[in-house]
Amino acid sequence: MLRRNLLGSLFETMKCAPPLRGPRAGYFPNVVLTSHENERARFYDDLLRGKTVIVNFMYTTCEGRCPLYTSNLLKVQRLLGDRAGREVHMYSFTLDPVVDTPRVLRNYADAQGVGPGWRFFTGKPEDMELLRRKLGFTENNPELDRQKSFHTGLIRYGNEQLDRWAACPALADPAKIVRHLSWLDIKPCEEVVA
Amino acid sequence: MIQRRDLLTWGSMAGASSLAPRRANAQLCAHEPLAFPGSPRTTPWLSTLPIPPLIQPVQRLDPAPVPGNHQRYSEFEPKLFYDVNVQAITHRFHPELPPTPIWGYGGMVPGPTFHARYGEPVLVRFRNSLPASHVGFGLPSIATHLHNGHTASESDGYPSDFADPGHFRDHHYANRPAGDDPAEIMSTLWYHDHREDFTAQNVVRGLTGFYLLFDDLDTGNERDTNPKAFRLPAGAYDVPLIFHDRAFNADGTMAYDVFNTAGILGDRYTVNNAIQPRFEVARRKYRFRLLNGGPSRFYHFALSNGERMVQLSNDGNMLPHPIAVSGVTLSPAERADVIIDFSNARRGDQIFLLNQLEQTAGEGPTGHLMLPGDPVLRFDVASNDTADPSRIPETLRPLPRIDMREVKQERLWKFDYLNSNWLVNGKLFDTARIDAMIKRGSAEVWTFRNEGTTWSHPIHIHFEEFQILEFNGRRPGPGDVNRARKDTVRLGPNDEIKIFMRFRDFLGRYVMHCHNVLHEDHSMMIRWDVVP
Repeated sequence: MLRRNLLGSLFETMKCAPPLRGPRAGYFPNVVLTSHENERARFYDDLLRGKTVIVNFMYTTCEGRCPLYTSNLLKVQRLLGDRAGREVHMYSFTLDPVVDTPRVLRNYADAQGVGPGWRFFTGKPEDMELLRRKLGFTENNPELDRQKSFHTGLIRYGNEQLDRWAACPALADPAKIVRHLSWLDIKPCEEVVA
Repeated sequence: MIQRRDLLTWGSMAGASSLAPRRANAQLCAHEPLAFPGSPRTTPWLSTLPIPPLIQPVQRLDPAPVPGNHQRYSEFEPKLFYDVNVQAITHRFHPELPPTPIWGYGGMVPGPTFHARYGEPVLVRFRNSLPASHVGFGLPSIATHLHNGHTASESDGYPSDFADPGHFRDHHYANRPAGDDPAEIMSTLWYHDHREDFTAQNVVRGLTGFYLLFDDLDTGNERDTNPKAFRLPAGAYDVPLIFHDRAFNADGTMAYDVFNTAGILGDRYTVNNAIQPRFEVARRKYRFRLLNGGPSRFYHFALSNGERMVQLSNDGNMLPHPIAVSGVTLSPAERADVIIDFSNARRGDQIFLLNQLEQTAGEGPTGHLMLPGDPVLRFDVASNDTADPSRIPETLRPLPRIDMREVKQERLWKFDYLNSNWLVNGKLFDTARIDAMIKRGSAEVWTFRNEGTTWSHPIHIHFEEFQILEFNGRRPGPGDVNRARKDTVRLGPNDEIKIFMRFRDFLGRYVMHCHNVLHEDHSMMIRWDVVP
């Protein structure tokens, strides 16, 4: 009986006042990362908690399709305008942390013309690997999983508070990606139909 | 890793009769998401099989439907109106698990069952009463697809035709066979969510239900005096069964790996959303409507007593003749109506419906059979006997004629994977891009080619049923259950399948996609339009 009441009341609460910490909080590692601007940040506490994010994995020496992914995300950033970095946080995590030092990431971001609101991160190789696995940029086939370029084609977008997550191709139409982000918004309580 | 040979050996030694105690709490061989510890223990056969209730029509809808929003509304003026409120509620999947938040059509999972009739058009209003600030997997925004109704585009649940919380969409179902051809009459359909990018999450959250169609032959009356009537088992002996594999957290809530784009497997089988239930049966014939509700697992069903079933339909479409089968393979969204005859069983017998298909990753099955298999549902043969006026007719429905002179276009669709994206002809799905323009009233031949060596794709086309011309170069012969009308076809590694399909009656946009809904949500879909 008690359990039922607790569940019931939790459910009611969720309708109107999402908690600051999403229900998946304990799942995300709180590893310390360094940005291309040489700022340190904890993954969960500083980058994810309570935020709406776009996340991808990349590495600066990636050729082939990678430059297309980056230029597509640049278009997304431009479409977001000043919402980028305020309402929507754009994060790129390197798959090659040994090569991609903060300085290398900085040079890459500058060369691409990346503006504020989009940050690149590196860290200890084992931390970056944990992050990659936790965020599902993986292949079931171990041979494919070892190939860095296989993890560059997807963008995850999510609202941590609502634990609302989806993914779309890194080459999806930028306007479409921005439209998808609008699905993550929390609507005011008045609009909720009982 | 258990090898196939070991499984076979173990299976033949174990024997079917010792199945239940040995596999009392069967764990599926699931590819576990990172750090997923497995569902809490659940004792099998504690639940009785839930049967979704029939939906009742309403007198009127307020506001009234707008006829101008629908193609051919006045020709097929709705005779019945239904109001389906999509709600967040709680549901118990098992007596040992607490109630857990789910979404249900009409506030139940599965949603209420429709009994519709050909010649009796209906209008169904799907109202989104989900909480906008829902927390957890699932997007509280709905697009409802009647799989695989011959439905006008605006009522078909196109992925971007969604209703957000507080809004509704009206769906007009003409209940008229394609091309007015009685050979195109369908039987077992289901309705489920089709929301762009979130179909998998919303379906796993609970948005499924049955839509059964009856006509002058398949009347739903086993005592029908019309000599042409099929008189298949009906009423309490006509039982829809939707299968899912699910996973649960330690607190009993549903687990869902939101970071998976390859395919999601659970470690608990559910039937009509009860974990491993039991169903008391009389010593007579039953019609079971088997539906693989996904999201990603393929099944091969067989009976533990080694008895055969009689397969009546493929994807809910009656076969030309019933076919006795030792098992039924279903990929996500495939259906089969089967007769199971318990009249030779002994009172008190326990017979298990088994899944024998091994699958260890979301991309598709290994192709190996697990013997004896995982018990999914237990039939308990009752001690009292019941009359059985039902019968299995010798002939069911003839197949529609294939006339290659109607074919105006042949198309090749290649299914592939690149950098975490599931692709069709190298392209990502875009709701606004038309990938094929098809002239209304024409027929086309489509070839599906799987470019992958390890993954399988259940390929589904909306709107009309197709027939398989060639499966890896061979035409299914008489007596093959795939010599049938289908809407979903299993495209295994390296397979190539050629189909014939007509496009009649309505105009507008439709989709073809992989029905492993994780692949569907991650771009393995095309848009095609029927044009004048």
